[in-house]
Amino acid sequence: MPDLSWAVPLPVVLPLSAAGLALAMWRHARAQNVISIVALSGVLAVAVALLLAVDDGPLVLDVGGWTAPVGIPLVADRLSALMLTVSSVVLLCVLVYSLSQGNQYGEDETPVAIFHPTYLVLAAGVNNAFLSGDLFNLYVGFEILLAASYVLITLGGTGERVRAGTIYVVVSLASSLVFLLAIGLVYAATGTVNLAQLAERLPDVDPGIALALQLLLLLAFGIKAAVFPLSAWLPDSYPTAPAPVTAVFAGLLTKVGVYAIIRTQTLLFPEGRADTLLMWVALATMVIGILGAVAQNDIKRLLSFTLVSHIGYMVFGIALSTDAGLTGAVFYVAHHITVQTTLFLVVGLMERRGGSTSLDRLGGLAKLAPALAVMFFVPAMSLAGIPPLSGFLGKAGLLQAGVDAGTPLAWVLVAGGVVTSLLTLYAIVKAWNKAFWQGAPADLPETTLPKGMVGATAALVVAGVAITVLAGPLYGYTERAALTLRDRGAYTAAVLPDSGRGTGQSDDVTERENGDDAGAAEAAAGAAGAAGEVAP
Amino acid sequence: MIDMSPNLTLVAVIVVLVAAGVYLLLERSLTRVLIGLVLIGNGINLLILTAGGRAAGPPLYDPEDPGAPMSDPLPQAMILTAIVITLGISAFLATLAYRSWQLNRHDEVQDDLEDRRVAARAAADRAAYTDVDTASDTSLDEEAAEVHDETALEEAGAAAAAGAEPGAGTEPGAGPGTGGGAGA
Repeated sequence: MPDLSWAVPLPVVLPLSAAGLALAMWRHARAQNVISIVALSGVLAVAVALLLAVDDGPLVLDVGGWTAPVGIPLVADRLSALMLTVSSVVLLCVLVYSLSQGNQYGEDETPVAIFHPTYLVLAAGVNNAFLSGDLFNLYVGFEILLAASYVLITLGGTGERVRAGTIYVVVSLASSLVFLLAIGLVYAATGTVNLAQLAERLPDVDPGIALALQLLLLLAFGIKAAVFPLSAWLPDSYPTAPAPVTAVFAGLLTKVGVYAIIRTQTLLFPEGRADTLLMWVALATMVIGILGAVAQNDIKRLLSFTLVSHIGYMVFGIALSTDAGLTGAVFYVAHHITVQTTLFLVVGLMERRGGSTSLDRLGGLAKLAPALAVMFFVPAMSLAGIPPLSGFLGKAGLLQAGVDAGTPLAWVLVAGGVVTSLLTLYAIVKAWNKAFWQGAPADLPETTLPKGMVGATAALVVAGVAITVLAGPLYGYTERAALTLRDRGAYTAAVLPDSGRGTGQSDDVTERENGDDAGAAEAAAGAAGAAGEVAP
Repeated sequence: MIDMSPNLTLVAVIVVLVAAGVYLLLERSLTRVLIGLVLIGNGINLLILTAGGRAAGPPLYDPEDPGAPMSDPLPQAMILTAIVITLGISAFLATLAYRSWQLNRHDEVQDDLEDRRVAARAAADRAAYTDVDTASDTSLDEEAAEVHDETALEEAGAAAAAGAEPGAGTEPGAGPGTGGGAGA
């Protein structure tokens, strides 16, 4: 297979350039549509190519040709490529959905001129976070996607969205500050923010300090991933946004947090000293999240709570610190992104057909729109974990991993997982009964659903079913991804080959190294990279 | 061995900035929250600066004089990035506060009403939603009697079929009048 490392930055570069172009073309809605679709289709193609290519080993690109520990590397390994692929499928489908919606509602519902550039920036930020091989660049990726998400969640600036957006922005900002604090302390302790170099240096750091750094990073990512007790902001802010925005947030943003937890826990802190804490957090997230869902009367809020709840499964898999646990967690992330996004898109369609998202006012949709019922039923059953759908496979994998671990706490988590699964079924069936089987309300809006929206949703339903059908190869892939994650050597060796430096070149350094002037090379590298290098 | 002991003045400034920031963050007014976030951000930027070691020369490598004292440029680069990001987000938050003032004549962070409703329902021990079957006034015993009495059931079924739209009156307990719509 040809060397594809040149393609690694494309998932960031393509949407970012397209965002600029779309902003310049703000008067031409049709041109914006074409730009966005072309850019995101391109990202999808690149992501699939990377997915196949990195099965042979991680691909690394030192940005701007700067040598790795000094410059910023972009790293695509199996986990990154898998996340990239799933997220670009979701991003593309949601884009098509929102285009169709925008065509229907007109400018007042979604100000399309702003929507496109912002959406593309969001895509770039998400992809940057997945590919980053540098802790500070990960922060930048987070900030890119968060800044875009602030705009998207307050689209239109209505009273309700300003209220929800305020809470979302303040909480996200607080978590970013915690992350920044953690980066500052990591740099103070180790003198680097390069993930591969951190993996080599952190074992030498005092265990107490290392634990503090680990917990700080977990706190920052925990807020973003919405694990209990850091999850209260999510059901509060997500449901008010437009349906496609909620869908893409629910699918991707929390998973970026989960991805960051997986990456840092496996690469930087492989001893798993926070595992017991994470186990309890996972249990609380699962059970309390789903109890919240059971109490809800609005289907968007109900789904937001199931979103929080199911983050617990992924944290459970991470906290097990075994190959099987991590495999299950990664598979569950892929499944959950697809299914949760689909459900929110379907709810957008239900809102349009039934005129409301309140379970009191919805009804009779099974008879009015049978296709809609099928599109809700399949992902909903997958979410609840009914065999043979992908949710069942993911949960079975995680529960098996928990049973294999065999500790009392793992057994508690297994029980909690089963209870959560049953309660998810209860909450989903409640929504199903109310919205689809109850008698239809008298005053229904006379609408037909636009083809683009239905088509995009159907495509995601098919993608969810495809995860089920292709579960064998996919599970094998996630298994290999988990193995590379647990074996940190492959990652560090790819980023920092033999000499402990990356593959990029900076002229001065290479000249000096060739001139066999080790001291000067050391000084140059140290000046740019090491901590507190102060010449005497 | 690199001297990493931080400057005490800077530490004191960081403590004051972050403490004041956290205090302001706990306020309800969005403008104060914004100022609090900016203060914390500046405190953390200073912390990153101290992570760069003791102050020395400019953060530039001089090829003419390789031995000249210089400071670590990386923390400064990171701080610059963080400042730019914080500036942008602060501007956004300020516009959000202004928009809130435009809409509500105040910039207080408001409660989630739906959340309150759910909590109030739970406190009053009511179901989270209204049900077609529970909307009827009849007790369970009466409903059971009705169901067991096959003639009554047929009558109810006929009435429902005649009254409401098809498929609405299928629940035996629901009266013909309530079968049509979900009680609001």
